[in-house]
Amino acid sequence: MSNSNLVVPELATVEIKGMTRSAFLLRSTLAAGAVYGGAVVGPYVKQAFAQGEGSSGDIDILNFALTLEYLESTFYQEALRQVNGLSGDVQALTEQLEADEAAHVEALTQTISDLGGKPVPAPEVDFGEGFKDEDSYLELSQTFEDTGVSAYNGAAPEIQATEVLAAAGSIVQIEGRHAALIRFTRGEEPAPTAFDETLDMQEVLDAVEPFIVKGN
Amino acid sequence: MEDTQVSTPEPRQVIVPKKGSALRKLAEDDSSRKKFLKMVGGAGAATSFALLLAACGEDEETTTSGGDTTEPSTDDPQAASKDLDILNYALTLEFLEAKFYQDVLNSDLKPPQAIAEAVTTFGEHEAEHVDALTATIEMMGGTPVEDPMGNFESVLTDLDTVLATAARVENVGAAAYLNEAADIQSPEVLAAALSIHTVEARHAAALNDVAGLDFTGGDQFEGSIPDGPFAKPADRDTVMAEIKPFLPSGGGGN
Repeated sequence: MSNSNLVVPELATVEIKGMTRSAFLLRSTLAAGAVYGGAVVGPYVKQAFAQGEGSSGDIDILNFALTLEYLESTFYQEALRQVNGLSGDVQALTEQLEADEAAHVEALTQTISDLGGKPVPAPEVDFGEGFKDEDSYLELSQTFEDTGVSAYNGAAPEIQATEVLAAAGSIVQIEGRHAALIRFTRGEEPAPTAFDETLDMQEVLDAVEPFIVKGN
Repeated sequence: MEDTQVSTPEPRQVIVPKKGSALRKLAEDDSSRKKFLKMVGGAGAATSFALLLAACGEDEETTTSGGDTTEPSTDDPQAASKDLDILNYALTLEFLEAKFYQDVLNSDLKPPQAIAEAVTTFGEHEAEHVDALTATIEMMGGTPVEDPMGNFESVLTDLDTVLATAARVENVGAAAYLNEAADIQSPEVLAAALSIHTVEARHAAALNDVAGLDFTGGDQFEGSIPDGPFAKPADRDTVMAEIKPFLPSGGGGN
């Protein structure tokens, strides 16, 4: 697909205005454990939007997230296939990461559909020399996971629907855990700063662009 | 509105906050400031930072108008009050975490160097969270809660217990932030909370790994990815039950 489909320039420049989300907050429950698989989140969110509190911005953000999750999920699938001689720990971690990212893809796809949006297709990707050995793979993995954290954290404050925000929070925590485990495996600081950096959409897209094959 | 007043927007005045405050550090240290600007996120960041400085300099020269300009992005008092409640809850948890790491370092336990370094770094992170939350609460006109002065003697018995406790406490913290995040009203406060939330998650994953725990463990608070692909929140009662043993009174709320 074309990279340009992924770019939502309007969103990259959305100002965090003097709004509270209370206007959008649905007083329904988080605590009730609307937890967070697409199949579960979907109905809640759909119900929310049926009440007229919709935002096409949320769907754009979800599609943005979906693209990143596709990228990560494909990355780990390919790593399992292509990297020679993964050590036992790295193999186990990679399998876990692959399963988690695939679950994120599924949940986001389902949620977007339930909201009446159109899930973006998986981008065509090329990880270059990323799989030439375990070190290269882990290095690239760290980049993706750290970028994923910053991407979700950057986009989330613009999410309008409480349930979508809760789902994003639930996913980004996992990205943070992944990032830490990969970093730890590489002998890097699992948490390099006290506050995780946020990136706006354009910064994220710039970061992942080298791995996305331009459409034709 | 008096028509003698010209309504051209004045450039915001940066007011130097009190000496030694976290905000002072942010004002002087470019890299900290950049981090903080990133933390409060996006296009509103520069404005938020100016507001923050203005708010914290309130007992010094203030030429900007006061009142609601010091509140992040909401003039809804109920929303602000809800956010303050969440921030103070988070502050309580951060105080406990910071105290825990400090107590570990001050204890007779001599962790191997790698672990001592991690404890030091994580402890510094928690202290920075305390500073940032305190500053944000003050900026919003709230009163930060006191340090509950957690008592961790009961777990400072041996390294394994310390690590298991640290691993669990961080999992509890991450789940607590997740529970609150979606209720936060102000986008800036939300951005800050999320930015802390994922750091707690990083701590949790690393510590559970160090503690020899697998991806998933016995319950919600055990394991480096204890809930699988979707992290689960923990409500305040659940969190309170976890931290109660470490509160000096053995009870008490936030």
